[in-house]
Amino acid sequence: MGSPVPGAEGTPLAAASSTSPGLKPPTRRGTELFMLGFAAVLVTGALILVEANQEKELTMRIVWLGLAYLGLLTVAHLAVRRWAPYADPVILPCVALLNGLGLVMIHRIDLAMADVKFPNGELWDPAAGKQVLWTAIALVLFCTVLKVLSDHRTLARYGYTFGFLGLIALVLPGVLPSFIAPEINGAKIWLSFGAFSIQPGEFAKILLMVFFAAFLVSKRDLFTIAGRRVLGLDLPRARDLGPLIAAWAVGVSIMVLQKDLGSSLLFFGIVLVLLYVATERAAWVVLGVVMFCVGAFVAWKLFGHVQVRVDNWLDPFADPYGKGHQILQSLFGLGTGGLFGAGLGGGRPDEIPEANTDFITAVIGEELGFVGLAAVLLIYTVLALRGLRTALAVRDTFGKLLGGGLAFAVAFQIFIIVGGVTKLIPMTGITAPFLSKGGSSLLANYILVALLLRISDAARAPKTTPKPRPQQPAIADQFTVMVERPK
Amino acid sequence: MNTPLRRVGLAMMALMVLLLGNATYVQVIKADDYRKNPLNSRVILDQYSRERGQIIASDGTPLAAVQRTDDRLEYLRTYANGPVYAPVTGYFSLIYGTGGLERAEDDLLNGSDDRLFARRLSDLITGRDPKGGNIQLTIDAKLQQTAYEQLSSQGLTGTVVAIKPQTGEILAMASTPSYDPNELASHDGDVQEEAWLRLNEDESEPMLNRAVRQTYPPGSTFKLVVTAAALAEGKTKESEVDGRPSITLPGTNTQLPNFNDTICGNGVTATLQEALAKSCNTAFAVLANELGPDKLRDQAAKFGIGEQDLEIPLPVVPSGLGEMSDKPSVYQAGIGQKDVRVTPLANAVMAATIANGGVRMQPHLVQKVLAADFEAISETSPDEVDEAMEPEHASMLRDMMIASENNTSGGGKLSGVQIASKTGTAEHGEDVKSTKPHAWYVAFAPAQDPQIAIAVIVENGGQAGLAATGGRVAAPIGRAVIGAYLGGR
Repeated sequence: MGSPVPGAEGTPLAAASSTSPGLKPPTRRGTELFMLGFAAVLVTGALILVEANQEKELTMRIVWLGLAYLGLLTVAHLAVRRWAPYADPVILPCVALLNGLGLVMIHRIDLAMADVKFPNGELWDPAAGKQVLWTAIALVLFCTVLKVLSDHRTLARYGYTFGFLGLIALVLPGVLPSFIAPEINGAKIWLSFGAFSIQPGEFAKILLMVFFAAFLVSKRDLFTIAGRRVLGLDLPRARDLGPLIAAWAVGVSIMVLQKDLGSSLLFFGIVLVLLYVATERAAWVVLGVVMFCVGAFVAWKLFGHVQVRVDNWLDPFADPYGKGHQILQSLFGLGTGGLFGAGLGGGRPDEIPEANTDFITAVIGEELGFVGLAAVLLIYTVLALRGLRTALAVRDTFGKLLGGGLAFAVAFQIFIIVGGVTKLIPMTGITAPFLSKGGSSLLANYILVALLLRISDAARAPKTTPKPRPQQPAIADQFTVMVERPK
Repeated sequence: MNTPLRRVGLAMMALMVLLLGNATYVQVIKADDYRKNPLNSRVILDQYSRERGQIIASDGTPLAAVQRTDDRLEYLRTYANGPVYAPVTGYFSLIYGTGGLERAEDDLLNGSDDRLFARRLSDLITGRDPKGGNIQLTIDAKLQQTAYEQLSSQGLTGTVVAIKPQTGEILAMASTPSYDPNELASHDGDVQEEAWLRLNEDESEPMLNRAVRQTYPPGSTFKLVVTAAALAEGKTKESEVDGRPSITLPGTNTQLPNFNDTICGNGVTATLQEALAKSCNTAFAVLANELGPDKLRDQAAKFGIGEQDLEIPLPVVPSGLGEMSDKPSVYQAGIGQKDVRVTPLANAVMAATIANGGVRMQPHLVQKVLAADFEAISETSPDEVDEAMEPEHASMLRDMMIASENNTSGGGKLSGVQIASKTGTAEHGEDVKSTKPHAWYVAFAPAQDPQIAIAVIVENGGQAGLAATGGRVAAPIGRAVIGAYLGGR
């Protein structure tokens, strides 16, 4: 049909033809391109330094890795240009820089581990190539989200569906037989398909976040008016709060049972923040923190693996060659790196276990020093604050809530993992977004960024005035339709 | 909803500030602790991948060198003739750390010593890989080889220490059984581990540097200390001392006989010279008692016995005279028994001091410190520690030692070289009659112009077993070593 479909709720109203070109705000895509170029220069420089330090020669690998990285950046930029032209220009360069730095570090760890023979005789499996492949897949998803999801508010309509899918994704590895859901490092959170394996839990977090945001927006009023007042807190009726509490409790307990402590802490924090933002009541935060303390204490009493984490945190020197080994090596690496670091390629990442996943920030701290680690933390901070700015600027409450939640998720993830490897809090396994090796983490975080960009596009896009109704053809030109008379 | 969002933003900033603060604490404030923590394997890995300096003998023969490898540790420590020099060089092991000079001079060898500072600075600027400094020892390669072969060819457990009397330079320091430090320096962890366990479980203690890390009863060699104290008290080599074949220790029924119940002098008295030459126990037991514990201790201290914390730069365990709390123990101390314990090095220093006219020089192993390009950075100058004896007393004692040497049987006598010496046969263990004695030989030569002073000990009499004496077992070794040095010049 030739005539445009009148705006079904949420469908973007085809470009702002109604606003005059002079009032159109700048898209800032040029700024983004410039910053992406800067990120590419930094990453390429880092890659060359690593190769020069480790191999004493430059090989074709640099060219391949570099070209792959540039290609991916270009795709991402073009996708944003096409499908979210008004998106925040800083978010993508931050992600590109982190992703690129992660690639360089993963490649650097591959080089360090190339000579290492494991006790079982196996050789190190290089991860950089796989990471490039995963990034490519993640960008496909990224583009798909940007294209298919033309308005983030659509998500709110499927809130319950997403919540349900999220819980299923969480439970799946736990209930599936181990040939498809193997137990790795004591946690049963992977699904494995041949050479690839993914953690559905990474996606579950985003799905659940969408659910909580949608749920809280739809029931928002209930939190302020309905229910009884207990200890200065307006408690909503149980049937209103029920789904929220249930989903949250199930989520956290699954993750605790799967020994995925970092994820449960992350999930807990996100829900708390969403609740706080939605209700604007600090009492919920207080209640949440109290509940957290109780829950943490119970978990510590009940679960051996929680006790191990806490003991290692309190005194890593108690078992320096065993349980305390990880955190000690991380601290030694960070300490050896000092203020300015050992230089890219100059550290000893082969001494730190899980160097390219959980402990990648420790390797960065060793090779780039406090200065480098602080820079990385600041990139994350910028990323999270731009996300938060998006949430402040967007006009719909669902967008605000989801954007705020996504931004906080980035910052909180980094707090949990960096706090863990620097012994600020007990170590809980979690990936550093975009830096760490890992397919699911990359996919999930690229989806997260796509959502943020979509929301920021909505926030910055010129306000569309209600479209004039499509002009009706003159009545005289109408076809005459013969309607059968009812009998 | 904007207010809570802004607060969330503040909370996020607070989390980041916490992270940054903690990272500062770990990477800046605590950094040094972590860097130097012995559990931090990075330090030793770094040292391994740096070109460690060489340890060379006085004539430049490399004793510990490095060889480039293509594994991740880059440089392999190699010890040419490992077992011969192991008591001196020690070992350099990734898993088990360092020993010997590798430990004592680690800063120099790994290049972190301040004396190499200027060099390090230029390395930093020019981008050269930093290298460690080299160490040139006082060890005479040929002499060390002879000393080691003398001990090892007969399968003996013992040690030979040779010192240049005028300077304190240690010319040889052999200890057997020995070990091959190459195994411990291997880049193959399994080889290291196997060697370490084997060496540590070996009851013959091959990794023990007997010259400086073990003390023994000095037996009759201690009579030199008693004699020196007596000379200082105005006695001469003609002074009459006790010559009885046996005496009873005061306050006990224990007999203290001469070796084989030999009669000294006329059986009642003998000259000091004859007593020393024949090594009469009764004479020195009584003489020690006459002098008293304090004078004995003073004289011993002047020879360096009792010195704490001596480093050459290998740490040396202190020698000592023990309590000497009652008369019988003073009697026994006079013949180097009871609680008297000396290291072979201390005995060699005593011989060197007498040879040097009574002036004790600080013993040392390191002749020169060299930069990575073998340019000399510093040189050890002879260090006079103490005047242990008046020169005329020293020459008197020398004459008495010449008489002792001439009175000593045993093989390997050198023609054309006059040696001054004293032997010792030290009883030890619970049941002294059935425990094989240690055989000692301390000497210097040529007697009139001493070039070398040595101490030799063969534990448990070597192959001679219960019948061992210093003259029969240790003296031939000592004479061979002296011959190798003087003949080789």
